[in-house]
Amino acid sequence: MRTALFADIHANREALEACLSHAKNNRIDRYVFLGDYVGYGADPVFAIETVMNYVERGAIALLGNHDAAALEPDPRMNDVAFAAMEWTRRRLGPAHLAFVKGLPLTYEEGGRLYVHANTYAPGGWEYVTGLYAASRCMMATSAQAIFCGHTHVPMLFHMSLTGKVASFEPVDRVDIPLMARRRWLAVIGSVGQPRDHNPAASYAILDAAHGILTYIRVPYDVAAAARKIRDAGLPVALSYRLAEGH
Amino acid sequence: MAPHDLKRGQVIDGFRLEGALDPGGMANFWRVTGTKAGAPTAPAEFPMVMKVPLLRRGEDPITIVGFEVEQMILARLSGPHAPRFVAAGDFEQPYIVMEFISGRSLKGLLDKTPLPPDDIARIGAKVAFALHDIHRQHVIHLDLKPSNILLRDGGEAVLIDFGLSRHDQLPDLIAEEFEGAVGTGPYIAPEQVLGDRSDPRSDIFSLGVILYFLATGERPLGEPQREAEWRRRLWRDPQPPRWWNKKIPFWLQEIILRCLEIDPAERYASAAQLAFDLRHPAEVSLTQRAERRTRDGVGTVAMRWLRARKTLPRRCNSVAGQLSGAPIIMAAVDLSPQAEPLADALAVAVGRLLATEPDARVTCVNVLKMARLALDPLEDAHGRNPHLQRLIELKHWARRLAVAQDRVTYHVFEATDTAGAIVEYARNIQIDHIVIGARGSSTLRRYLGSVSAQVVAEAPCTVTVVRLSHQGNRPEAVLPTT
Repeated sequence: MRTALFADIHANREALEACLSHAKNNRIDRYVFLGDYVGYGADPVFAIETVMNYVERGAIALLGNHDAAALEPDPRMNDVAFAAMEWTRRRLGPAHLAFVKGLPLTYEEGGRLYVHANTYAPGGWEYVTGLYAASRCMMATSAQAIFCGHTHVPMLFHMSLTGKVASFEPVDRVDIPLMARRRWLAVIGSVGQPRDHNPAASYAILDAAHGILTYIRVPYDVAAAARKIRDAGLPVALSYRLAEGH
Repeated sequence: MAPHDLKRGQVIDGFRLEGALDPGGMANFWRVTGTKAGAPTAPAEFPMVMKVPLLRRGEDPITIVGFEVEQMILARLSGPHAPRFVAAGDFEQPYIVMEFISGRSLKGLLDKTPLPPDDIARIGAKVAFALHDIHRQHVIHLDLKPSNILLRDGGEAVLIDFGLSRHDQLPDLIAEEFEGAVGTGPYIAPEQVLGDRSDPRSDIFSLGVILYFLATGERPLGEPQREAEWRRRLWRDPQPPRWWNKKIPFWLQEIILRCLEIDPAERYASAAQLAFDLRHPAEVSLTQRAERRTRDGVGTVAMRWLRARKTLPRRCNSVAGQLSGAPIIMAAVDLSPQAEPLADALAVAVGRLLATEPDARVTCVNVLKMARLALDPLEDAHGRNPHLQRLIELKHWARRLAVAQDRVTYHVFEATDTAGAIVEYARNIQIDHIVIGARGSSTLRRYLGSVSAQVVAEAPCTVTVVRLSHQGNRPEAVLPTT
């Protein structure tokens, strides 16, 4: 079975469409959405309805901190994110909010755990940015492989049988074997707002039968997505960062 | 289930154990055949061997991590220079099933040293070819030694045991697990001792150690066991091979000492360039290395020692990056008088390539077209040897490239099929880039077909076709056509 993994779409229609279309041409059997469908971008309704559509057809979708903030303002957010959420909340209807309300924080199957931010406190939204947080994540579960988003930076952490944890920056479209003797924490980069200085949208394909994970970068119409952000009256910094991938 | 419990006739994941082979240091080996039942993959058409790591309680973790690395990397390699990967098993019974290579290991040659120089060059070129092939696939072996090199019955070299290897697009499990240097005492390269696992030229150093041993019967750096002793190679150079044996030709000493340079930048930039020299001994440009009678004096060594104390591991961007910066370029030169402006334009185009790639080498080729049936005379109408004459003209043409002599070689071939000879040579020595002139279009040429068009169609690499631009006859190369 081949699973496509998407994280941090953030209401970026152009990026989401580009990734879904790439996935469609790559024999995908199922879809997993790792949260943060809204916030920052100008197309929250499109993003959330697309995910709802996939969920109706069997996809897995998890709750992200921006989705939760659509239900209830999160005072910990920075000013720009907070302003974008205020803008977003005005555009979502009852059906969208009901969908978000029903989303789980984690999903586990066959030794694989899916979560938006981290495993040790999924609703606390702490970031997995280093080896310490990564090892905490792996200690908090018995799953062999964890898949998350939230940092917007693609990264692969792994732990050997001797307990050593290391990180690896995945290379675009190179198959990585997830060996069974090792534990893995895959941070899938962001579809809608990459922050690793590469503006291309990021998603990943997991081939569970063969234990292979492939990170993929998809170029998309950044200018269109940025223009929509400006036209919508959202904080203009959100449009600039798309082109910089930062 | 412990590995030593395995029995002949037993079936694991569809592979039947047919008989045990000689065990290695960290693994047992079984000949296996495929059965239909329970096989994760279809049984292979070729003979197979199952490698079963010896994972005992309390065992050095290198066995476990080495097994993971080999499983990861072997599955990614293709081509004749690594055993073909079939399957790997994980938790209950760890194993890797791969192609069984019928052939002998280079280890068997160690009793027969010193070998004749021609044999060393022939075997060395095969190993260098194999190395280049795995380097092209982003893999550095990092534990090259005679027992890890097999020669197929057909003659090709096959590298085995990728347990300490590095794939530059995958996690480096070895570096992450172990802090110190990992390798084999006599063969490990100086930069590897410093923990740098990213330079393909480390494998060239190890091959240099092997060539040295084959030529002299001695190990250039002894057999240090402890990691602390490995550091000595950061400042102490080996005795030159001719110190042991005066019969070793200068070209072979030049090649071996260049492989064994302490600074990777002084070695061959790629294994393909090393293979090239081993296949063209007469073309090896000799430096002071060839004539060295003894190793460096106390002063030089002391300087290196002082520097080595402060040396930190260097970083090389990537394996593929190192290789792409060290191409072998072929300039296919038409020396006929009417093609002179075109030959000028060709020199301009080749000069540009050389300027952008400081580690590039260029081989200048001219084909002396022979009549199909007649026996060609050894001398032309003026009593000159045409082959020698062409070589002189070719060298004259290359003078304007203004490039160090050790980066250029010259070859004149005699062939009935000019394009065929160029393509065959390019294939045999793994040329990366051919630069060839096209004489423009005439009715006759369209009818007969052009040499450049045939080269473009058949070449195993990038081809740049150089044309004279139509506005006047300025020697302006038209780039790129591939």
